[in-house]
Amino acid sequence: MKILVAVKRVIDYNVQVRVKEDGSGVVTDNVKMSTNPPDDNAIEEAVKIKENGKATEVVAVTVGEEKAQETVRKALAVGADRGIHIKTDGVIEPLAVSKILQKIVDKEKPDLVFMGKQAIDDDCNQTGQMLSALLNWPQATFASKIDVKDGKLEVVREIDEGLETIEINTPAIVTCDLRLNEPRYASLPNIMKAKKKPIEQLNASDLGIDITPKVQQIKVEEPPKRKAGIKVSNVAELVQKLKNEAKVI
Amino acid sequence: MSVLLIAEHNNKEVKAFTLNAITAASQIDSDVHALVIGNNCDDVSKALSEISLVKKVIKVEAAHYENFIAENFAPVVIKLADNYSHIVCSANTFGKNLMPRIAAKLDTSQVSDIIKVESPDTFVRPIYAGNAFATVKSTDAKKCITIRPTSFDPCETSGGSAPIESTDAEEAFSLTKFIKREEIKSDRPELGTARIVISGGRGMQNGDNFKLITTIADKLNAAIGASRAAVDAGYISNDHQVGQTGKVVVPDLYIAVGISGAIQHLAGMKESKVIVAINKDGEAPIFSVADYGLEADLFEALPQFLEELNKLNTIQK
Repeated sequence: MKILVAVKRVIDYNVQVRVKEDGSGVVTDNVKMSTNPPDDNAIEEAVKIKENGKATEVVAVTVGEEKAQETVRKALAVGADRGIHIKTDGVIEPLAVSKILQKIVDKEKPDLVFMGKQAIDDDCNQTGQMLSALLNWPQATFASKIDVKDGKLEVVREIDEGLETIEINTPAIVTCDLRLNEPRYASLPNIMKAKKKPIEQLNASDLGIDITPKVQQIKVEEPPKRKAGIKVSNVAELVQKLKNEAKVI
Repeated sequence: MSVLLIAEHNNKEVKAFTLNAITAASQIDSDVHALVIGNNCDDVSKALSEISLVKKVIKVEAAHYENFIAENFAPVVIKLADNYSHIVCSANTFGKNLMPRIAAKLDTSQVSDIIKVESPDTFVRPIYAGNAFATVKSTDAKKCITIRPTSFDPCETSGGSAPIESTDAEEAFSLTKFIKREEIKSDRPELGTARIVISGGRGMQNGDNFKLITTIADKLNAAIGASRAAVDAGYISNDHQVGQTGKVVVPDLYIAVGISGAIQHLAGMKESKVIVAINKDGEAPIFSVADYGLEADLFEALPQFLEELNKLNTIQK
């Protein structure tokens, strides 16, 4: 069984994002970038399945500018076997990413495609579902537990009401939740070894699909700021303020 | 121009956030049609037909619509899509799972999680965990939109008498099978719609200590939330998680206890009207969004809080 894992390079989750003064976007120059957190869970799960003897190859794929390759290299350092980087310039929407991934799936013929449930930059939560629609494959979104069975997966999904369990036939798409597993850190020897693993580079423009954005970004603004609050000195004061000032209890 | 609103329900009742989605849909265009996909769900269609903002209800029933499987639901919406300029539903786990499957088949670039309708093609949506608001314009002829429920008021549930039409079911998708759903039943208000939310974080130290939160929630008739750290540590189940990838809540009062205030948690609660933070670390980022901050050990503060609340005899239910 072959598993394709899609990873995305995003602003690191610990960075306090700043809006550009001209309203054209957020500041990305000299800002720490890393792999989208739930994509780390996706890689971890694929590598674990391979370690358990249920998969033979894990291929990491990313779509983005030259530096996006770093996320593939990181995936290789924690156990992916090889990488694919589809180069694009500028903004790329989930629909376009899913069309690109469809091309890669056609070529690679994986049994499973894993990715994070949501990217923490655009917060769209679309790509996995879109790819599964284009391929007409089953989808298991927001996965917090995956059991590989013969030709099938049993997946526990985190939903608003609690947990849902579904069974899907392979080939299938799974989008991973942060609670699926604990992603490992790459060891130094493995980081060195990863440098020798192959990353195939392709240009999105050579794939014969239209990836022009269809949603125009008009402006990006800072959200309204909250009024500065106060510190209260004890619980009695807090309760009095909530009752008499804020009038919420 | 007409808007197709995909209703979320459990075959008996309309789920609360559908009402918020109807409000958003009506701000796009007044001709809102509600689509009910389910099994033996007459009560749902009837309830929707009584909503004054709904102009027509379309009902599709089959055994394979008993449970919500996006692979089964999407073809129904796609078949009806020709008649509509917009397809709308809530950006909760229902809509997040379903809408992209529809959008991709229609070759539409979805606009997710909108908080404001500027015009029928222009919307405001939070990005980067709500640290920026983007105004975006969709150039697709047919638009697929998910709405953030807490950013729109629920619509009135009466005053209407929309016709209910039935349409044929599509074939079942045989490669995905529903096994079970584990819902945590509670008599408390729902987290997404509660007037007061009290949440615990890593500072609670273990699941048992959440009892301190529970007793206060009982007193205030509040819902119980949690930070991702508390859920990851197994103190409380995932349906309580508030944050960027959990639930977004906008209560009148949000009480954060033992929560440091990571960017990802703030994304889920910083629009609350009044925020209280109780934390022993005076430098915790949660204090930057709190209207009232109490720097204290929660194990001392929570019992005192309950005691002070008991002294009040005017707690609003």
